[in-house]
Amino acid sequence: MDALISPLLNGTALGALLLLAALGLTLTFGQMGVINMAHGEFIMAGAFIAYLTQTVVASSNVSILLALPLAFIGAGLLGLLLEIGIIQWMYRRPLDTLLVTVGVALILQQVALQIFPAQGVPVEAPDWLSGQIDVFGYAWPLRQVFTIVLAALCLVSLAVWLKYSSFGRRIRATVQNRDLAETSGIRTRNIDRITFFVGSGLAGVAGVAASLIGGTNSQMGTQYIIPAFLVVVAGGVGQIKGTVLAAWALGIALSFFAEWTTGSMAQVLAFVLLVVFLQFRPQGLFTVRTRGLT
Amino acid sequence: MTRLKPWLPVIGIAVFAVLLLVVAPAVLSMHWLNNLGKYCCWAIAAVGIGLAWGRGGMLVLGQGVFFGLGAYAMAMHLTLESTAPGSLPVFMILYDPLASLPAFWEPFRSDAFTLAAIVLLPVIVAGVLGYALFKRRIKGAYFAILSQALAVALAVLISSTIRETGGDTGLSDFKYFFGFVLNDDANKVMVFMIAASLLILCLLAVWQLNRSRFGELLVATRDAEERVRFLGYDPANIKLVAYVVAALMASIAGALFVPIVGIITPAEIGASASILMIAGVALGGRASLFGPALGAMAIGWGQSSLGSSWPDGWVYILGLVFILVTLFLPMGLSSLFGKAKGLLWRSRGTPPDALDEPAPVLEPVGDGVTK
Repeated sequence: MDALISPLLNGTALGALLLLAALGLTLTFGQMGVINMAHGEFIMAGAFIAYLTQTVVASSNVSILLALPLAFIGAGLLGLLLEIGIIQWMYRRPLDTLLVTVGVALILQQVALQIFPAQGVPVEAPDWLSGQIDVFGYAWPLRQVFTIVLAALCLVSLAVWLKYSSFGRRIRATVQNRDLAETSGIRTRNIDRITFFVGSGLAGVAGVAASLIGGTNSQMGTQYIIPAFLVVVAGGVGQIKGTVLAAWALGIALSFFAEWTTGSMAQVLAFVLLVVFLQFRPQGLFTVRTRGLT
Repeated sequence: MTRLKPWLPVIGIAVFAVLLLVVAPAVLSMHWLNNLGKYCCWAIAAVGIGLAWGRGGMLVLGQGVFFGLGAYAMAMHLTLESTAPGSLPVFMILYDPLASLPAFWEPFRSDAFTLAAIVLLPVIVAGVLGYALFKRRIKGAYFAILSQALAVALAVLISSTIRETGGDTGLSDFKYFFGFVLNDDANKVMVFMIAASLLILCLLAVWQLNRSRFGELLVATRDAEERVRFLGYDPANIKLVAYVVAALMASIAGALFVPIVGIITPAEIGASASILMIAGVALGGRASLFGPALGAMAIGWGQSSLGSSWPDGWVYILGLVFILVTLFLPMGLSSLFGKAKGLLWRSRGTPPDALDEPAPVLEPVGDGVTK
């Protein structure tokens, strides 16, 4: 029983972390078509903000809660800067946004390496997250539960925001038909910036969660960026429900493969599984039906 | 002039060949000749990337995989050659004195098998992956991300199998290269000559491919894949050939990298190494013939000189290369020549090297999104 329960729960928590990392991408990649390879470094920025908050606010019980909005704003501002400085000139060349942001990612990593110690910094978990809860005899760390709750909160608020708020309506209108949206009086340039801000901000929130689970160092972004993109590709671009399912499936798959073989073999197997999956659903789990030739 | 023009690339390649094969060995010290050999390896991989990305529009972000396949095939052969018969490679004894040689090492004792593996392994891997992806019309960013994921997976796999492949420390201490003592200067020059000649051969091959019917179809696929499909060709097959050729070149590059540099580690084949290969191609000019090779050599030089003397600054320079080239010179430095030529011969009418610039993105009529 334990051999089944522990990878299932660990996998769910890993899936939640991947979901947090990928949620921002469904906005920037899915809605706007920008391939932001610096998204992983925004996650890193969120984790370092969690560390900085902790050094200012001594009590780790409070600092982690304070870090969440701060990381959202900090990473969001980084994203906004990227959009205004570079991305806005490149909306017609989606593949080139990938190359540009690779350069941005390299620079951000180096900046972090020069500010913070190379071996990384410790982010302490608050007392109320240090315990475990008992699930069918398996001691499940509360930190993993926290990640899942956080991912669920972000997911629900993003979905509600996109569906019911006037901002959300304008974002969807811009994505579906930019020209018509503009004619209807929507400032699509502002919408682009807000979308990019929120998408990048979500990476910051993911960074806070990541700082509690893995190490916080200048290279941490590189380990999240590829899985996060794979989640978006498998889920169907711009589809939040697809992203949720794909993140969870990838988390579970990685955990079970790691249980049966090794952690590194799990990555290879998950990759093979994804390529096989794409044979059946090349557009991902969910797709927007379109008559366009793309 | 007009009669000469189609042969200009060949003349260029010939000049390049004389520089590499005659001038360089006569002028350069052993140390720099070895370095130049290393840059030649990266240039070989870059020529393949130029074909797949510049001409075919496939952003191959994970060429490190094929580089690694060739490199590790060669490294395993050289390790076995340097090990006394009946005993184990040193690193294996270090981790487990009682270990036995893993089964997949055994065939690499044979020269012929190793050479065959360097050619066939990348062809098989790229063939299967390319077939699976291109036939399902997976392209653009999706393809780029998947190809990089493969490079990450291979690097992680190798660094975690420390007992079988040496892990992060990699494979090193090669003494013989197909019977030749590697420590001998004459043999080092020979290995350099092999790398340089193969670079010339790859350039010739890509030049020939570009001017063939296949090359025209490849550019057509890059610029308007649907139209090529409507004309009755299968774009998947065209892309597959370019991808496999690029993979083969990367593998050859990796195989030569091993005797020249003397060590191969997962760091040379993972995501950041693959990105470094792309950087050179982007800088030089992805769609031109010489751009990728020269760009890769420039980046290689920066990596090995600045990268060790001023590592912090080098990363910033590399990041800026990506940003500035993509923003202002998407077709790389070689497009500057085209522009200069355009200014000189403006009166002639025909735009120079029209093939090098991708056609403007075709906007579909209406964007056709229906829920």
